[in-house]
Amino acid sequence: MNSMKQPKPAPRPVEVFPKGDLEIVMTRQFHAPRQHVFDAWTKPELLRQWLGVRGGWTMSVCEIDLRVGGAYRYVWHKASTGAELAMGGVYREIVPPRRIVNAETFDDPWFEGQCLVTLELDEKSGVTTCTLTARYDSVEIRDGILATPMATGVEESYAVLDSLLEVRKPDGFAGVRPAATED
Amino acid sequence: MPTDTLSRTLHALADPTRRAILARLRQGTATVNEIAAPFPVSLPAISKHLKVLERAELIERGREAQWRPCTIRPEPLREAAAWVERFRELWEDNFRRLDALLETMQAPQPPDTPSTPENES
Repeated sequence: MNSMKQPKPAPRPVEVFPKGDLEIVMTRQFHAPRQHVFDAWTKPELLRQWLGVRGGWTMSVCEIDLRVGGAYRYVWHKASTGAELAMGGVYREIVPPRRIVNAETFDDPWFEGQCLVTLELDEKSGVTTCTLTARYDSVEIRDGILATPMATGVEESYAVLDSLLEVRKPDGFAGVRPAATED
Repeated sequence: MPTDTLSRTLHALADPTRRAILARLRQGTATVNEIAAPFPVSLPAISKHLKVLERAELIERGREAQWRPCTIRPEPLREAAAWVERFRELWEDNFRRLDALLETMQAPQPPDTPSTPENES
């Protein structure tokens, strides 16, 4: 009988910081193998269980054609209000289970233009670090994100301010390598 | 050069030296020399960073005194922090659900599909 209990994940919270003029970098760690994290991002039956499905939003469309030049399309729906949010794009680079680069465009007029998203997964001793880099091609798009109906209410937070002011190593990715993990 | 406030703020914050300068100024007003002291870069380089911060309205510099002491201005930072916080909260929420999903993926067998590994046919 194999009744091995996985330890409850104790991840560090998401870190978000600006890089250069147009990029926003986000990192998060998961107590899971890289392949699992990759699958959770790329298999519709898994993705629709977690991405954007909060506060009554469900994913009514989740189509993924995982190949370079292939398209993906996500549509979220909120039954109580009838609101809908749709986005999609085309894959530019796919290196399973390490890296995906794709264009990202929202349908709604409050978010015109596109964003280039790079997902990088790095596994070390059972912990997978996920680095998501969003590169916006204009100020307007970045501002458009502020109007995202899915975004939560704003809480001005000095804790975030502190993290913004934290001194980091200049070359982003290497600078946010996770510290030793507790075993 | 970014023109709106948020972009100017994020641009200014994208540099680690400028973030360090702001962190220093959170402790109080300081002169250029005081600001430059802990950094291994030249005074002109620091002055350049201060100009970027001033243009982004992240700092204010005294007019009267000839050493032009620098003071941090929190308003644009709060705007940027709110923006980043919104982004962060949204994703933390997503990732908590992903944590739960990943945990089920690591479980050897889901409890509702009993199967014995020894007699697979």
